[in-house]
Amino acid sequence: MSVKLNNRQVGDVTVLDVSGRITLGEGSSALRDALRDLAAKGNKKILLNLSDVTYIDSSGIGELVSGFTTVANQGGDLKLLGLTKRVKDLLQITKLYTVFDVHEDEAHAVRSFA
Amino acid sequence: METDTGSKEVLDHHYPSTLESVDQAESEILAAAGQAGFDEDGQHEIGMAVRECLVNAVVHGNRYNRNKRVHVKVRVEQVARFTIQITDEGEGFEMTEVPDPLHETNLLRHSGRGLFLMGAFMDDMKVQKAPAGGTEVTLVKLIGRGAMLA
Repeated sequence: MSVKLNNRQVGDVTVLDVSGRITLGEGSSALRDALRDLAAKGNKKILLNLSDVTYIDSSGIGELVSGFTTVANQGGDLKLLGLTKRVKDLLQITKLYTVFDVHEDEAHAVRSFA
Repeated sequence: METDTGSKEVLDHHYPSTLESVDQAESEILAAAGQAGFDEDGQHEIGMAVRECLVNAVVHGNRYNRNKRVHVKVRVEQVARFTIQITDEGEGFEMTEVPDPLHETNLLRHSGRGLFLMGAFMDDMKVQKAPAGGTEVTLVKLIGRGAMLA
């Protein structure tokens, strides 16, 4: 299974639910397009829900970083929600875990944008 | 094929330079890893490393050239080593010129983490020029060790 993306609005926060595999090709380009689209539409508070992401490779990590910098450059925030142990491990060994604002609880994450 | 050194070759295949081949080769390597006794975490770590290596071979080594192949060999050695050798037909590169992805100035780079991840998920990694040109990467996972990141 490749990646599935769905965005929803919680107050003024846009939550992008991601599920499946984020790997080079269809998965990473779908995530890139979705994040660029949200940023282009002026969304400045984006919460990326990765709780159903089963696999992410270095290309996927690259898209997370690019999304983070794209949104930040437009004066917004991109935060992460619901990392599985494997994704958390990956962000830790690449020293990116502390770069992102990571949350486990959606309500708490939404409030953190205020 | 069993060799006189006690290692058994469980996979020897050439793949075209496509992303579909990456999926196929990863799947075949993971099947061999399962047969060699690796649990789910061990297979995940091998999968992470070989996917990065295969993508590098297809994208950076062979540059999606359909006339070039990626050669994958997997051996299970009697000394409990699961060895994967992945060779492309590209122009090669210098390891010393690869930026450190953990350096603070590189942390927010879009790419450049593949080689680092291969080393992180495997017990040993060697990158060298292949005898016929291209890059030959040897990845080793010790059989019977717990998952490195567990």
